[in-house]
Amino acid sequence: MAVETRGERGSGPDLWKRDSRSRKVRERVVKVVLTACAYLSILTTFGIVIILFGEAATFFQDVSILRFLTETEWTAGFAATPQDGEFGIIVLAWATIYSTIIACAVALPVGLGAAIYLSEYASTGMRRWLKPALEILAGVPTIVYGFFALTFVTPFLQSTLFEGIQIYNILSAGLVMGVMIIPTVASVSEDAIYAVPSGLREGAYALGATKREVATKVVVPAATSGIVATFVLGISRAVGETMIVAVAAGALAQLTVNPLESMQTMTAYIVQVTAGESPRGSLEYETIFAVGASLFLMTLVLNMVAYWFVRKFREVY
Amino acid sequence: MSQSSTQVDRQKDLGPEEGGNFKTSVGVRHGWDRFFAVLVFAATLFGLAVLGVLLVDVGLQGVPAISWQFLTSMGSADAESAGLLPAILGSIWLLGIVLVVAVPLGIGAAIYLEEYANDTWINRIIEINISNLAGVPSIIYGLLGLGVFVYIFGFGRSILSGGLILSLLILPVIIIATREAVRAVPQSMREGAFALGATRWESIRYHVLPQALPGALTGTILALSRAIGETAPLIAIGVVPYTTFLPEDFFSRFTAMPIQIYNWAGEPEEEFEILAAAGIVVLMLVLLISNAGAIWLRNKFQRRN
Repeated sequence: MAVETRGERGSGPDLWKRDSRSRKVRERVVKVVLTACAYLSILTTFGIVIILFGEAATFFQDVSILRFLTETEWTAGFAATPQDGEFGIIVLAWATIYSTIIACAVALPVGLGAAIYLSEYASTGMRRWLKPALEILAGVPTIVYGFFALTFVTPFLQSTLFEGIQIYNILSAGLVMGVMIIPTVASVSEDAIYAVPSGLREGAYALGATKREVATKVVVPAATSGIVATFVLGISRAVGETMIVAVAAGALAQLTVNPLESMQTMTAYIVQVTAGESPRGSLEYETIFAVGASLFLMTLVLNMVAYWFVRKFREVY
Repeated sequence: MSQSSTQVDRQKDLGPEEGGNFKTSVGVRHGWDRFFAVLVFAATLFGLAVLGVLLVDVGLQGVPAISWQFLTSMGSADAESAGLLPAILGSIWLLGIVLVVAVPLGIGAAIYLEEYANDTWINRIIEINISNLAGVPSIIYGLLGLGVFVYIFGFGRSILSGGLILSLLILPVIIIATREAVRAVPQSMREGAFALGATRWESIRYHVLPQALPGALTGTILALSRAIGETAPLIAIGVVPYTTFLPEDFFSRFTAMPIQIYNWAGEPEEEFEILAAAGIVVLMLVLLISNAGAIWLRNKFQRRN
């Protein structure tokens, strides 16, 4: 291994340096600068919390939290005054949850299956090709997925399964979102499955188990906490996903269980309002922060749960 | 220890639920085995198949529409003459800001956490906080930028605000990648430097960083390509329907490639759908080049070790 040398210095006596005061000062300055870089992340979190909850607090002075949580319609776009409109977050939250359920129905089984294949079945050569290939899926910008859902998946579903599907619908958005999350689930689940000690597998084989039985009844249960953590991470990604739903699921805030209709998620609502550049201080401007704060809380809880599971899974092996 | 005992319990599941642990129907079990192997292989290929369909679909629509005129024209309400130039330049500006702001901050924070930080409560909070920030939805960063950069700092709906938002967004990604690279440097490198009288910073500057650079660079390039494709946080600070000017300074209003694609995808006419596809092809080519670069670096690095 090549060891870096001080190329810019000469040889011989030049290499020796007195333990000078300037050297000590430099050490201290560097440490302060680097520390500041790390503390900036705390500042970012403070910024998010203060901005979101500060503006949301202004909103809740006009519209009570009780109304926000109990009303069953969302008509913020048409409300000139807080009394005019309905501000039931459940409408947007339901669309978010619904699209997340559809996405997870695709991503969790497929992702786990891929993880099992990559870890237990694939040869080293296959694995070396398939893993980066799957990671490409995660690198595709979400706007591209949104365009794909709108211009390919919806027309495809219309011509094959659901004739009555609307141009904007939550089904296409959710399905494509599921595809987007597959690599997240597959990659981290695979790490968890791969980390299961091979002694467990060998013990099961010795008892006469087949390969599938080893995979599904020994390896996967042993990796449960890691796999659950991945699932929670995947759910969190789906909840926060914005462009796919903004492009493909439309902007109709309605409470329905029909996946063929348009629904507006929390993220899509924020995009719709901010793209229109609502002036600061307007009621609409304040609503996006109330919605944003709710979204932030949802993903925060999910990420904390995932973090806890990951920690737990690391402690075991 | 307690874990291994639960594993033993679980192995009881290997047998049928009722009756003994002995199974005779080997043929059926092997049939299930083959079925399962095909199933998980199909699961692995599913995502790739969708990716293939996506690329073909977008390519068929978009590639014929790419012309010199498309790449060098201003935005327009008219699909015939609309081009991608302001979006391309906007993306380059944003990338420049992110490079200058996020890369040094991210590498600095990573060095602090790996080389300086003791296991104190504040450092543990920073660690948890960074992994949490990595999971915050990008649209939330947009709202942060709208509140802080656009209004409190008064930068307006400018390219500077956009660049700063993207910087904050990818900072955790850069930190996490760089930390892994720094952690992979053998401890003996630092000890050797210390033994020769180097200070902490000298050991980092001349020994740890050069070793960690390829890994950190790979992670950074991947983070930058994420920044190029990000749409939602930029939309959060406002969208110009079509831009007939190029960004001139930090306070210019701007558009970027993903925003332009979003705009075109939202138009009902088919001509704009084709433009969106063409924009996507250009965007994906840029990402392909940068990701290929990152993978090339990673392979080069792995071979050397």
